[in-house]
Amino acid sequence: MGTNQVTAGRAFRVLVFSVAVMAAVAVLTPLAGPARVDLAKAFKGVWPDAQVYFDVRWPRTLLALLTGGGLAIAGVLFQAVLRDPLATPYTLGISSGASLGAVVAIVTGFHTFGGLPALWFAAFAGSAATLALVLGVAAEGKRVSSFTLLLSGITINGIVMSVIMLLHNLASVQQSFAIVHWLMGNIDPVGKPTLAALAAIVLPISFWLCLRARHWNLIAVGEEWAAARGASPRRLLLEGYIAGSALTAALTAITGPIGFVGLVVPHALRLKLGGDHRLLMPASFFIGAAFLVLCDTVARSVMPVELPVSVITALAGGPFFIMLLRSRRKSLWL
Amino acid sequence: MSAVRFELSGISMRYGAAEVLHQVNLSFDQPEMVALTGPNGAGKSTLLGIMSGLRQASSGRCLLNGTELSRWNRRDFATLVSVVPQSLKIDFPFTAEQVVLMGRTPYAGGLFENEQDWTAVRRAMELTDTLDFAQRDFRALSGGERQRVVLASALAQEPQALLLDEPTTFLDLKHQLSIYSLLRDLSRAGLLVVAVTHDLNLAASYSDRVIVLQRGRVVADSEPCAALTPERILAVFGVETTWLRSPAGNSWIAYGH
Repeated sequence: MGTNQVTAGRAFRVLVFSVAVMAAVAVLTPLAGPARVDLAKAFKGVWPDAQVYFDVRWPRTLLALLTGGGLAIAGVLFQAVLRDPLATPYTLGISSGASLGAVVAIVTGFHTFGGLPALWFAAFAGSAATLALVLGVAAEGKRVSSFTLLLSGITINGIVMSVIMLLHNLASVQQSFAIVHWLMGNIDPVGKPTLAALAAIVLPISFWLCLRARHWNLIAVGEEWAAARGASPRRLLLEGYIAGSALTAALTAITGPIGFVGLVVPHALRLKLGGDHRLLMPASFFIGAAFLVLCDTVARSVMPVELPVSVITALAGGPFFIMLLRSRRKSLWL
Repeated sequence: MSAVRFELSGISMRYGAAEVLHQVNLSFDQPEMVALTGPNGAGKSTLLGIMSGLRQASSGRCLLNGTELSRWNRRDFATLVSVVPQSLKIDFPFTAEQVVLMGRTPYAGGLFENEQDWTAVRRAMELTDTLDFAQRDFRALSGGERQRVVLASALAQEPQALLLDEPTTFLDLKHQLSIYSLLRDLSRAGLLVVAVTHDLNLAASYSDRVIVLQRGRVVADSEPCAALTPERILAVFGVETTWLRSPAGNSWIAYGH
Protein backbone atom coordinates (compact mmCIF):
# COMPACT_ATOMS: atom_id res chain seq x y z
CA MET A 1 0.00 0.00 0.00
CA GLY A 2 1.21 3.44 -0.88
CA THR A 3 0.84 5.15 2.44
CA ASN A 4 3.36 7.84 1.70
CA GLN A 5 2.42 11.01 -0.10
CA VAL A 6 3.53 11.42 -3.66
CA THR A 7 5.97 14.29 -3.74
CA ALA A 8 8.74 15.29 -6.09
CA GLY A 9 11.23 14.03 -3.50
CA ARG A 10 9.65 10.61 -3.24
CA ALA A 11 9.33 10.33 -7.02
CA PHE A 12 13.03 11.15 -7.30
CA ARG A 13 13.97 8.45 -4.77
CA VAL A 14 11.83 5.87 -6.57
CA LEU A 15 13.37 6.89 -9.88
CA VAL A 16 16.95 6.66 -8.58
CA PHE A 17 16.27 3.28 -7.01
CA SER A 18 14.69 1.76 -10.11
CA VAL A 19 17.36 3.16 -12.43
CA ALA A 20 20.01 1.72 -10.11
CA VAL A 21 18.37 -1.71 -10.18
CA MET A 22 18.15 -1.60 -13.95
CA ALA A 23 21.74 -0.42 -14.35
CA ALA A 24 23.09 -3.12 -12.05
CA VAL A 25 21.19 -5.82 -13.91
CA ALA A 26 22.20 -4.46 -17.30
CA VAL A 27 25.89 -4.23 -16.43
CA LEU A 28 26.21 -7.57 -14.63
CA THR A 29 24.05 -9.97 -16.66
CA PRO A 30 26.13 -9.79 -19.88
CA LEU A 31 28.88 -11.43 -17.86
CA ALA A 32 26.89 -14.66 -17.82
CA GLY A 33 27.36 -16.98 -20.75
CA PRO A 34 29.62 -19.66 -22.22
CA ALA A 35 32.66 -17.42 -22.70
CA ARG A 36 34.10 -15.95 -19.50
CA VAL A 37 34.22 -12.17 -19.51
CA ASP A 38 36.13 -9.97 -17.10
CA LEU A 39 34.19 -6.75 -16.50
CA ALA A 40 37.27 -4.64 -15.83
CA LYS A 41 38.98 -5.90 -18.97
CA ALA A 42 35.84 -5.36 -21.01
CA PHE A 43 35.64 -1.71 -19.95
CA LYS A 44 39.35 -1.26 -20.68
CA GLY A 45 38.72 -2.56 -24.19
CA VAL A 46 40.86 -5.67 -23.87
CA TRP A 47 40.27 -8.32 -26.56
CA PRO A 48 38.27 -10.60 -26.44
CA ASP A 49 36.42 -9.53 -23.29
CA ALA A 50 35.37 -6.16 -24.70
CA GLN A 51 34.16 -7.67 -27.97
CA VAL A 52 32.12 -10.40 -26.28
CA TYR A 53 30.71 -7.98 -23.74
CA PHE A 54 29.91 -4.98 -25.95
CA ASP A 55 29.41 -6.44 -29.41
CA VAL A 56 27.84 -9.82 -28.69
CA ARG A 57 25.97 -9.53 -25.41
CA TRP A 58 25.15 -5.84 -25.06
CA PRO A 59 22.90 -5.50 -28.12
CA ARG A 60 20.81 -8.33 -26.78
CA THR A 61 20.68 -6.73 -23.33
CA LEU A 62 19.60 -3.45 -24.90
CA LEU A 63 16.78 -5.13 -26.81
CA ALA A 64 15.61 -6.84 -23.62
CA LEU A 65 15.76 -3.53 -21.72
CA LEU A 66 13.69 -1.69 -24.30
CA THR A 67 11.20 -4.53 -24.61
CA GLY A 68 10.75 -5.08 -20.89
CA GLY A 69 10.45 -1.39 -20.13
CA GLY A 70 8.09 -0.71 -23.02
CA LEU A 71 5.82 -3.67 -22.24
CA ALA A 72 5.64 -2.84 -18.53
CA ILE A 73 4.75 0.82 -19.06
CA ALA A 74 2.27 -0.15 -21.78
CA GLY A 75 0.71 -2.54 -19.27
CA VAL A 76 0.26 0.24 -16.73
CA LEU A 77 -1.24 2.45 -19.42
CA PHE A 78 -3.72 -0.13 -20.72
CA GLN A 79 -4.79 -0.98 -17.18
CA ALA A 80 -5.56 2.71 -16.61
CA VAL A 81 -7.35 3.52 -19.88
CA LEU A 82 -9.34 0.28 -19.89
CA ARG A 83 -9.95 0.68 -16.14
CA ASP A 84 -9.17 -2.99 -15.73
CA PRO A 85 -6.34 -4.12 -13.45
CA LEU A 86 -6.05 -7.32 -15.49
CA ALA A 87 -5.53 -5.62 -18.84
CA THR A 88 -2.20 -6.23 -20.58
CA PRO A 89 -0.53 -4.67 -23.62
CA TYR A 90 -2.04 -7.57 -25.58
CA THR A 91 -5.65 -7.25 -24.38
CA LEU A 92 -6.71 -5.32 -27.47
CA GLY A 93 -5.41 -7.99 -29.80
CA ILE A 94 -2.15 -6.28 -30.71
CA SER A 95 -0.03 -9.38 -30.21
CA SER A 96 -2.33 -11.75 -32.04
CA GLY A 97 -2.46 -9.25 -34.92
CA ALA A 98 1.32 -9.06 -34.98
CA SER A 99 1.48 -12.84 -34.88
CA LEU A 100 -0.89 -13.15 -37.80
CA GLY A 101 1.18 -10.67 -39.81
CA ALA A 102 4.35 -12.57 -38.99
CA VAL A 103 2.81 -15.94 -39.82
CA VAL A 104 1.56 -14.62 -43.15
CA ALA A 105 5.07 -13.37 -43.93
CA ILE A 106 6.57 -16.75 -43.03
CA VAL A 107 4.02 -18.75 -45.02
CA THR A 108 4.23 -16.57 -48.11
CA GLY A 109 8.01 -16.61 -47.92
CA PHE A 110 8.68 -12.87 -47.96
CA HIS A 111 12.08 -12.49 -46.43
CA THR A 112 13.25 -8.96 -46.69
CA PHE A 113 11.71 -5.59 -47.27
CA GLY A 114 13.96 -2.58 -47.74
CA GLY A 115 16.89 -4.53 -46.32
CA LEU A 116 15.07 -5.43 -43.11
CA PRO A 117 13.14 -8.61 -42.31
CA ALA A 118 9.74 -8.43 -44.03
CA LEU A 119 8.36 -10.19 -40.98
CA TRP A 120 8.71 -7.05 -38.86
CA PHE A 121 6.69 -4.96 -41.25
CA ALA A 122 4.08 -7.66 -41.63
CA ALA A 123 3.80 -8.00 -37.86
CA PHE A 124 3.46 -4.25 -37.40
CA ALA A 125 0.86 -4.04 -40.15
CA GLY A 126 -0.97 -7.00 -38.63
CA SER A 127 -1.23 -5.36 -35.23
CA ALA A 128 -2.38 -2.06 -36.74
CA ALA A 129 -5.06 -3.84 -38.78
CA THR A 130 -6.27 -5.89 -35.81
CA LEU A 131 -6.39 -2.83 -33.59
CA ALA A 132 -8.42 -0.95 -36.20
CA LEU A 133 -10.79 -3.90 -36.41
CA VAL A 134 -11.18 -4.06 -32.61
CA LEU A 135 -11.84 -0.32 -32.39
CA GLY A 136 -14.25 -0.48 -35.33
CA VAL A 137 -16.25 -3.28 -33.75
CA ALA A 138 -16.38 -1.56 -30.36
CA ALA A 139 -17.25 1.94 -31.62
CA GLU A 140 -20.79 3.17 -31.08
CA GLY A 141 -20.89 6.33 -33.13
CA LYS A 142 -18.11 8.56 -31.85
CA ARG A 143 -17.96 6.87 -28.45
CA VAL A 144 -15.98 3.80 -27.49
CA SER A 145 -16.73 2.31 -24.10
CA SER A 146 -13.81 0.63 -22.37
CA PHE A 147 -15.91 -2.40 -21.55
CA THR A 148 -17.05 -3.00 -25.14
CA LEU A 149 -13.48 -2.49 -26.25
CA LEU A 150 -12.33 -5.16 -23.83
CA LEU A 151 -14.94 -7.64 -25.08
CA SER A 152 -14.22 -6.87 -28.70
CA GLY A 153 -10.47 -7.23 -28.08
CA ILE A 154 -10.86 -10.63 -26.46
CA THR A 155 -13.20 -11.88 -29.19
CA ILE A 156 -11.07 -10.74 -32.12
CA ASN A 157 -8.01 -12.09 -30.33
CA GLY A 158 -9.67 -15.48 -30.37
CA ILE A 159 -10.65 -15.26 -34.02
CA VAL A 160 -7.19 -14.15 -35.12
CA MET A 161 -5.54 -16.90 -33.11
CA SER A 162 -7.66 -19.50 -34.87
CA VAL A 163 -6.65 -18.07 -38.27
CA ILE A 164 -3.05 -18.47 -37.12
CA MET A 165 -3.74 -22.11 -36.22
CA LEU A 166 -5.25 -22.62 -39.65
CA LEU A 167 -2.22 -21.16 -41.46
CA HIS A 168 0.08 -23.14 -39.21
CA ASN A 169 -1.73 -26.30 -40.17
CA LEU A 170 -1.25 -25.56 -43.85
CA ALA A 171 2.41 -24.63 -43.51
CA SER A 172 5.40 -26.82 -44.36
CA VAL A 173 7.49 -28.33 -41.59
CA GLN A 174 10.20 -25.72 -41.98
CA GLN A 175 7.70 -22.88 -41.94
CA SER A 176 5.96 -24.51 -39.02
CA PHE A 177 9.18 -24.38 -37.02
CA ALA A 178 9.64 -20.69 -37.85
CA ILE A 179 6.05 -19.98 -36.85
CA VAL A 180 6.33 -21.69 -33.49
CA HIS A 181 9.65 -19.97 -32.82
CA TRP A 182 8.09 -16.59 -33.52
CA LEU A 183 4.92 -17.24 -31.53
CA MET A 184 6.96 -18.15 -28.48
CA GLY A 185 8.55 -14.74 -28.24
CA ASN A 186 12.31 -14.35 -28.26
CA ILE A 187 14.96 -11.80 -27.59
CA ASP A 188 16.93 -12.59 -30.74
CA PRO A 189 19.95 -10.36 -31.28
CA VAL A 190 19.25 -7.52 -33.73
CA GLY A 191 21.49 -4.99 -35.44
CA LYS A 192 22.31 -1.53 -34.16
CA PRO A 193 20.08 0.35 -36.65
CA THR A 194 17.10 -1.74 -35.53
CA LEU A 195 17.89 -1.07 -31.88
CA ALA A 196 18.20 2.63 -32.61
CA ALA A 197 14.87 2.68 -34.46
CA LEU A 198 13.18 0.82 -31.64
CA ALA A 199 14.67 3.16 -29.04
CA ALA A 200 13.44 6.12 -31.07
CA ILE A 201 9.90 4.79 -30.69
CA VAL A 202 9.99 3.40 -27.15
CA LEU A 203 11.92 6.08 -25.25
CA PRO A 204 10.00 9.22 -26.36
CA ILE A 205 6.61 7.54 -25.92
CA SER A 206 7.51 6.27 -22.46
CA PHE A 207 8.86 9.66 -21.42
CA TRP A 208 5.74 11.38 -22.69
CA LEU A 209 3.53 8.88 -20.83
CA CYS A 210 5.33 9.73 -17.58
CA LEU A 211 4.84 13.45 -18.15
CA ARG A 212 1.09 12.87 -18.59
CA ALA A 213 0.88 10.79 -15.40
CA ARG A 214 -1.60 13.05 -13.59
CA HIS A 215 -4.05 12.58 -16.41
CA TRP A 216 -3.69 8.81 -16.34
CA ASN A 217 -4.60 9.04 -12.64
CA LEU A 218 -7.83 10.79 -13.61
CA ILE A 219 -8.76 8.39 -16.39
CA ALA A 220 -7.98 5.39 -14.16
CA VAL A 221 -10.75 6.61 -11.86
CA GLY A 222 -13.28 7.28 -14.59
CA GLU A 223 -14.21 9.25 -17.69
CA GLU A 224 -16.68 11.56 -15.96
CA TRP A 225 -14.25 12.03 -13.11
CA ALA A 226 -11.61 13.16 -15.60
CA ALA A 227 -14.09 15.40 -17.43
CA ALA A 228 -15.17 17.09 -14.19
CA ARG A 229 -11.53 17.88 -13.47
CA GLY A 230 -10.93 19.70 -16.67
CA ALA A 231 -9.53 16.90 -18.82
CA SER A 232 -11.01 15.67 -22.08
CA PRO A 233 -11.59 11.96 -21.53
CA ARG A 234 -12.15 11.16 -25.19
CA ARG A 235 -8.84 12.73 -26.16
CA LEU A 236 -7.03 11.11 -23.25
CA LEU A 237 -8.34 7.67 -24.15
CA LEU A 238 -7.44 8.14 -27.79
CA GLU A 239 -3.92 9.28 -26.88
CA GLY A 240 -3.59 6.31 -24.54
CA TYR A 241 -4.73 3.76 -27.12
CA ILE A 242 -2.45 5.18 -29.79
CA ALA A 243 0.64 5.50 -27.60
CA GLY A 244 0.18 2.09 -25.98
CA SER A 245 -0.50 0.38 -29.29
CA ALA A 246 2.47 1.97 -31.04
CA LEU A 247 4.74 0.82 -28.21
CA THR A 248 3.37 -2.70 -28.14
CA ALA A 249 3.21 -3.14 -31.90
CA ALA A 250 6.79 -1.97 -32.45
CA LEU A 251 8.14 -4.24 -29.72
CA THR A 252 6.04 -7.26 -30.63
CA ALA A 253 6.97 -6.99 -34.29
CA ILE A 254 10.59 -7.63 -33.38
CA THR A 255 10.41 -9.99 -30.39
CA GLY A 256 7.09 -11.75 -30.79
CA PRO A 257 4.63 -11.88 -27.92
CA ILE A 258 6.26 -11.96 -24.46
CA GLY A 259 3.64 -12.40 -21.77
CA PHE A 260 3.41 -11.44 -18.11
CA VAL A 261 5.86 -8.50 -18.15
CA GLY A 262 3.01 -6.02 -18.67
CA LEU A 263 0.93 -7.63 -15.95
CA VAL A 264 3.27 -8.74 -13.17
CA VAL A 265 5.60 -5.75 -13.05
CA PRO A 266 2.83 -3.09 -12.75
CA HIS A 267 0.99 -5.11 -10.11
CA ALA A 268 4.04 -5.78 -7.98
CA LEU A 269 4.92 -2.10 -8.09
CA ARG A 270 1.36 -0.97 -7.38
CA LEU A 271 1.54 -3.03 -4.23
CA LYS A 272 4.66 -1.14 -3.16
CA LEU A 273 3.98 2.33 -4.51
CA GLY A 274 0.20 2.72 -4.64
CA GLY A 275 -1.85 3.77 -7.64
CA ASP A 276 -0.28 7.10 -8.58
CA HIS A 277 1.04 6.93 -12.13
CA ARG A 278 3.71 9.51 -11.43
CA LEU A 279 5.56 6.81 -9.50
CA LEU A 280 4.13 3.77 -11.19
CA MET A 281 5.01 4.61 -14.79
CA PRO A 282 8.70 5.41 -14.51
CA ALA A 283 9.26 2.63 -11.96
CA SER A 284 7.47 0.12 -14.20
CA PHE A 285 9.64 1.09 -17.13
CA PHE A 286 12.96 0.56 -15.36
CA ILE A 287 11.97 -2.44 -13.25
CA GLY A 288 10.24 -4.01 -16.26
CA ALA A 289 13.44 -3.55 -18.23
CA ALA A 290 15.49 -5.19 -15.46
CA PHE A 291 12.96 -8.04 -15.15
CA LEU A 292 13.13 -8.97 -18.81
CA VAL A 293 16.93 -8.80 -18.92
CA LEU A 294 17.05 -11.18 -15.95
CA CYS A 295 14.56 -13.53 -17.59
CA ASP A 296 16.51 -13.43 -20.84
CA THR A 297 19.76 -14.17 -19.01
CA VAL A 298 18.13 -17.22 -17.46
CA ALA A 299 16.68 -18.21 -20.84
CA ARG A 300 20.06 -18.21 -22.52
CA SER A 301 22.15 -19.73 -19.75
CA VAL A 302 20.33 -22.41 -17.73
CA MET A 303 20.21 -25.03 -20.43
CA PRO A 304 22.65 -26.05 -23.16
CA VAL A 305 20.00 -24.90 -25.67
CA GLU A 306 18.52 -21.45 -25.53
CA LEU A 307 14.95 -21.27 -24.17
CA PRO A 308 12.35 -18.81 -25.43
CA VAL A 309 12.28 -15.88 -23.00
CA SER A 310 8.48 -15.94 -22.85
CA VAL A 311 8.71 -19.37 -21.23
CA ILE A 312 10.82 -17.86 -18.46
CA THR A 313 8.62 -14.77 -17.99
CA ALA A 314 5.61 -17.05 -17.67
CA LEU A 315 7.33 -19.53 -15.35
CA ALA A 316 8.65 -16.73 -13.16
CA GLY A 317 5.75 -14.31 -13.55
CA GLY A 318 2.84 -16.72 -13.38
CA PRO A 319 3.44 -18.15 -9.90
CA PHE A 320 4.42 -14.69 -8.66
CA PHE A 321 1.15 -13.30 -9.96
CA ILE A 322 -0.80 -16.08 -8.26
CA MET A 323 1.00 -15.21 -5.04
CA LEU A 324 -0.10 -11.60 -5.44
CA LEU A 325 -3.67 -12.74 -6.13
CA ARG A 326 -3.70 -14.87 -3.01
CA SER A 327 -2.50 -12.01 -0.84
CA ARG A 328 -4.93 -9.47 -2.24
CA ARG A 329 -7.64 -10.39 0.24
CA LYS A 330 -5.53 -8.93 3.00
CA SER A 331 -3.95 -6.07 1.19
CA LEU A 332 -6.85 -4.98 -1.06
CA TRP A 333 -4.47 -4.55 -3.92
CA LEU A 334 -6.73 -5.42 -6.82
CA MET B 1 -13.60 36.70 -8.25
CA SER B 2 -16.29 36.67 -10.89
CA ALA B 3 -19.70 35.49 -9.77
CA VAL B 4 -21.08 32.41 -11.42
CA ARG B 5 -24.35 32.55 -13.30
CA PHE B 6 -26.01 29.61 -15.06
CA GLU B 7 -28.73 30.33 -17.61
CA LEU B 8 -30.66 27.45 -19.12
CA SER B 9 -33.14 28.23 -21.84
CA GLY B 10 -35.34 25.80 -23.72
CA ILE B 11 -33.29 22.76 -22.64
CA SER B 12 -34.70 19.51 -24.01
CA MET B 13 -33.11 16.11 -23.90
CA ARG B 14 -34.12 12.98 -25.75
CA TYR B 15 -32.68 9.48 -25.43
CA GLY B 16 -34.03 7.85 -28.56
CA ALA B 17 -37.79 8.25 -28.45
CA ALA B 18 -37.94 9.08 -24.75
CA GLU B 19 -37.97 12.75 -23.88
CA VAL B 20 -36.25 13.19 -20.54
CA LEU B 21 -36.29 16.99 -20.37
CA HIS B 22 -38.76 19.30 -22.05
CA GLN B 23 -38.17 23.01 -22.55
CA VAL B 24 -36.51 23.69 -19.23
CA ASN B 25 -35.82 27.34 -18.45
CA LEU B 26 -33.89 28.07 -15.27
CA SER B 27 -31.23 30.36 -13.97
CA PHE B 28 -28.90 30.01 -11.01
CA ASP B 29 -26.96 32.78 -9.33
CA GLN B 30 -24.24 32.76 -6.77
CA PRO B 31 -24.65 32.42 -3.79
CA GLU B 32 -27.57 30.10 -3.38
CA MET B 33 -28.44 26.66 -2.06
CA VAL B 34 -30.75 24.91 -4.50
CA ALA B 35 -32.38 21.50 -4.14
CA LEU B 36 -33.40 19.77 -7.35
CA THR B 37 -36.00 17.14 -6.64
CA GLY B 38 -38.64 14.98 -8.29
CA PRO B 39 -39.55 11.31 -8.67
CA ASN B 40 -37.33 8.74 -10.41
CA GLY B 41 -36.94 9.45 -14.10
CA ALA B 42 -37.98 13.10 -13.78
CA GLY B 43 -34.72 14.20 -15.42
CA LYS B 44 -32.91 15.58 -12.36
CA SER B 45 -29.59 13.84 -12.96
CA THR B 46 -29.76 14.55 -16.67
CA LEU B 47 -30.25 18.24 -15.97
CA LEU B 48 -27.31 18.22 -13.58
CA GLY B 49 -25.24 16.36 -16.17
CA ILE B 50 -25.98 19.06 -18.73
CA MET B 51 -25.00 21.79 -16.27
CA SER B 52 -21.77 19.91 -15.49
CA GLY B 53 -20.88 19.82 -19.16
CA LEU B 54 -20.85 16.00 -19.09
CA ARG B 55 -23.91 15.70 -21.34
CA GLN B 56 -25.01 17.73 -24.29
CA ALA B 57 -28.68 18.74 -24.44
CA SER B 58 -30.60 17.74 -27.58
CA SER B 59 -31.75 21.33 -27.93
CA GLY B 60 -31.66 24.56 -25.99
CA ARG B 61 -28.86 26.59 -24.54
CA CYS B 62 -26.94 26.22 -21.30
CA LEU B 63 -24.79 29.25 -20.56
CA LEU B 64 -22.26 29.82 -17.83
CA ASN B 65 -21.53 33.51 -17.40
CA GLY B 66 -22.97 34.17 -20.83
CA THR B 67 -20.90 31.57 -22.69
CA GLU B 68 -22.26 28.30 -24.05
CA LEU B 69 -20.86 25.38 -22.01
CA SER B 70 -19.53 23.59 -25.08
CA ARG B 71 -17.39 26.65 -25.84
CA TRP B 72 -15.77 26.74 -22.41
CA ASN B 73 -12.21 25.58 -22.07
CA ARG B 74 -12.61 22.46 -19.91
CA ARG B 75 -9.89 23.47 -17.49
CA ASP B 76 -11.22 26.98 -16.96
CA PHE B 77 -14.68 25.53 -16.48
CA ALA B 78 -13.35 23.10 -13.86
CA THR B 79 -11.88 25.94 -11.80
CA LEU B 80 -15.37 27.46 -11.52
CA VAL B 81 -17.67 24.45 -11.38
CA SER B 82 -17.06 21.12 -9.68
CA VAL B 83 -19.19 18.01 -9.71
CA VAL B 84 -19.90 15.37 -7.08
CA PRO B 85 -21.19 12.07 -8.48
CA GLN B 86 -23.63 9.83 -6.64
CA SER B 87 -20.90 7.36 -5.80
CA LEU B 88 -17.44 6.55 -7.00
CA LYS B 89 -15.89 3.16 -7.60
CA ILE B 90 -12.14 2.94 -8.07
CA ASP B 91 -10.25 -0.15 -9.23
CA PHE B 92 -6.78 0.97 -8.23
CA PRO B 93 -5.03 1.56 -4.91
CA PHE B 94 -5.35 5.33 -4.54
CA THR B 95 -5.34 6.74 -1.01
CA ALA B 96 -8.14 9.07 0.12
CA GLU B 97 -5.72 11.96 -0.02
CA GLN B 98 -4.67 11.09 -3.57
CA VAL B 99 -8.32 11.16 -4.62
CA VAL B 100 -8.70 14.60 -3.06
CA LEU B 101 -5.49 15.76 -4.73
CA MET B 102 -6.95 14.95 -8.13
CA GLY B 103 -9.24 17.92 -7.57
CA ARG B 104 -6.19 20.11 -8.09
CA THR B 105 -5.57 18.90 -11.65
CA PRO B 106 -7.28 21.93 -13.28
CA TYR B 107 -4.66 24.13 -11.61
CA ALA B 108 -1.73 21.86 -12.44
CA GLY B 109 1.32 23.78 -13.50
CA GLY B 110 3.67 20.82 -13.34
CA LEU B 111 3.98 17.17 -12.52
CA PHE B 112 3.68 17.71 -8.76
CA GLU B 113 1.45 19.71 -6.44
CA ASN B 114 2.73 22.98 -5.00
CA GLU B 115 2.21 24.42 -1.53
CA GLN B 116 -1.01 26.11 -2.57
CA ASP B 117 -2.43 22.77 -3.77
CA TRP B 118 -1.60 21.06 -0.49
CA THR B 119 -3.21 23.91 1.47
CA ALA B 120 -6.42 23.59 -0.53
CA VAL B 121 -6.41 19.82 -0.04
CA ARG B 122 -5.88 20.06 3.72
CA ARG B 123 -8.65 22.64 4.01
CA ALA B 124 -11.08 20.53 1.98
CA MET B 125 -10.29 17.48 4.09
CA GLU B 126 -10.78 19.44 7.30
CA LEU B 127 -14.18 20.68 6.14
CA THR B 128 -15.35 17.18 5.22
CA ASP B 129 -13.83 15.58 8.32
CA THR B 130 -11.73 13.17 6.26
CA LEU B 131 -8.21 13.87 7.58
CA ASP B 132 -8.31 10.84 9.89
CA PHE B 133 -8.23 8.41 7.01
CA ALA B 134 -6.23 10.51 4.53
CA GLN B 135 -3.65 7.77 4.01
CA ARG B 136 -6.05 4.84 3.78
CA ASP B 137 -6.92 3.06 0.56
CA PHE B 138 -10.06 4.65 -0.89
CA ARG B 139 -11.53 1.20 -1.57
CA ALA B 140 -11.23 0.21 2.08
CA LEU B 141 -13.40 3.12 3.27
CA SER B 142 -17.08 2.87 4.12
CA GLY B 143 -19.64 4.31 1.70
CA GLY B 144 -20.07 7.39 3.83
CA GLU B 145 -16.34 8.00 4.15
CA ARG B 146 -15.88 7.60 0.41
CA GLN B 147 -18.59 10.10 -0.35
CA ARG B 148 -17.00 12.66 1.96
CA VAL B 149 -13.66 12.10 0.24
CA VAL B 150 -15.31 12.69 -3.14
CA LEU B 151 -16.86 15.89 -1.78
CA ALA B 152 -13.45 16.91 -0.44
CA SER B 153 -11.99 16.38 -3.91
CA ALA B 154 -14.65 18.65 -5.40
CA LEU B 155 -13.95 21.29 -2.73
CA ALA B 156 -10.19 21.08 -3.32
CA GLN B 157 -11.03 22.28 -6.81
CA GLU B 158 -11.98 25.58 -5.10
CA PRO B 159 -15.04 26.07 -7.29
CA GLN B 160 -17.59 28.85 -7.31
CA ALA B 161 -20.37 26.37 -8.02
CA LEU B 162 -20.82 22.86 -6.66
CA LEU B 163 -23.14 20.45 -8.47
CA LEU B 164 -24.08 17.31 -6.55
CA ASP B 165 -26.00 14.25 -7.76
CA GLU B 166 -27.74 12.70 -4.76
CA PRO B 167 -24.65 13.18 -2.62
CA THR B 168 -26.02 11.58 0.53
CA THR B 169 -27.84 8.52 -0.83
CA PHE B 170 -25.48 6.08 0.81
CA LEU B 171 -24.86 8.00 4.00
CA ASP B 172 -26.23 7.45 7.49
CA LEU B 173 -28.42 10.08 9.08
CA LYS B 174 -25.66 11.87 10.95
CA HIS B 175 -23.49 12.22 7.87
CA GLN B 176 -26.45 13.21 5.70
CA LEU B 177 -27.13 16.08 8.05
CA SER B 178 -23.49 17.04 8.43
CA ILE B 179 -22.98 17.09 4.66
CA TYR B 180 -26.08 19.21 4.13
CA SER B 181 -25.14 21.65 6.86
CA LEU B 182 -21.67 21.88 5.31
CA LEU B 183 -23.27 22.56 1.92
CA ARG B 184 -25.46 25.24 3.46
CA ASP B 185 -22.45 26.83 5.15
CA LEU B 186 -20.61 26.81 1.84
CA SER B 187 -23.51 28.56 0.14
CA ARG B 188 -23.62 31.10 2.98
CA ALA B 189 -19.93 31.64 2.38
CA GLY B 190 -20.67 32.50 -1.24
CA LEU B 191 -20.94 29.29 -3.27
CA LEU B 192 -23.69 28.27 -5.63
CA VAL B 193 -24.75 24.78 -4.52
CA VAL B 194 -27.14 22.72 -6.63
CA ALA B 195 -27.97 19.31 -5.16
CA VAL B 196 -30.17 16.63 -6.65
CA THR B 197 -32.02 14.86 -3.86
CA HIS B 198 -34.90 12.50 -3.20
CA ASP B 199 -35.15 13.53 0.39
CA LEU B 200 -37.84 16.19 0.63
CA ASN B 201 -37.02 16.98 4.24
CA LEU B 202 -33.37 17.59 3.47
CA ALA B 203 -34.46 19.70 0.50
CA ALA B 204 -36.90 21.65 2.60
CA SER B 205 -34.77 22.28 5.64
CA TYR B 206 -31.42 23.16 4.10
CA SER B 207 -32.19 24.89 0.80
CA ASP B 208 -33.04 28.46 -0.10
CA ARG B 209 -34.81 27.29 -3.19
CA VAL B 210 -36.43 24.05 -4.30
CA ILE B 211 -36.99 23.08 -7.93
CA VAL B 212 -39.42 20.23 -8.55
CA LEU B 213 -39.17 18.32 -11.81
CA GLN B 214 -41.89 16.04 -13.13
CA ARG B 215 -41.53 14.11 -16.38
CA GLY B 216 -38.86 16.50 -17.62
CA ARG B 217 -40.75 19.68 -16.83
CA VAL B 218 -40.23 22.22 -14.07
CA VAL B 219 -43.44 22.21 -12.00
CA ALA B 220 -42.24 24.30 -9.07
CA ASP B 221 -39.37 26.69 -8.48
CA SER B 222 -39.55 28.71 -5.29
CA GLU B 223 -38.68 28.76 -1.60
CA PRO B 224 -39.16 25.33 0.06
CA CYS B 225 -42.57 25.82 1.75
CA ALA B 226 -44.19 27.11 -1.41
CA ALA B 227 -42.57 24.49 -3.65
CA LEU B 228 -43.36 21.49 -1.47
CA THR B 229 -47.01 21.95 -0.59
CA PRO B 230 -48.88 18.75 0.31
CA GLU B 231 -51.01 19.18 -2.85
CA ARG B 232 -47.94 19.35 -5.07
CA ILE B 233 -46.21 16.45 -3.34
CA LEU B 234 -49.34 14.37 -3.89
CA ALA B 235 -49.54 15.39 -7.54
CA VAL B 236 -45.85 14.82 -8.30
CA PHE B 237 -44.81 11.98 -6.00
CA GLY B 238 -48.22 10.38 -5.41
CA VAL B 239 -47.74 10.45 -1.63
CA GLU B 240 -49.99 11.93 1.06
CA THR B 241 -48.07 14.29 3.35
CA THR B 242 -48.56 16.87 6.06
CA TRP B 243 -46.29 19.61 7.28
CA LEU B 244 -45.69 19.23 11.00
CA ARG B 245 -44.17 21.76 13.36
CA SER B 246 -42.24 20.97 16.50
CA PRO B 247 -42.70 23.06 19.66
CA ALA B 248 -39.26 24.53 18.97
CA GLY B 249 -40.46 25.83 15.64
CA ASN B 250 -38.78 23.34 13.26
CA SER B 251 -41.08 22.11 10.56
CA TRP B 252 -40.84 18.89 8.60
CA ILE B 253 -42.80 16.86 6.11
CA ALA B 254 -44.48 13.75 7.49
CA TYR B 255 -45.41 10.98 5.06
CA GLY B 256 -48.81 9.26 5.15
CA HIS B 257 -51.93 10.47 6.96
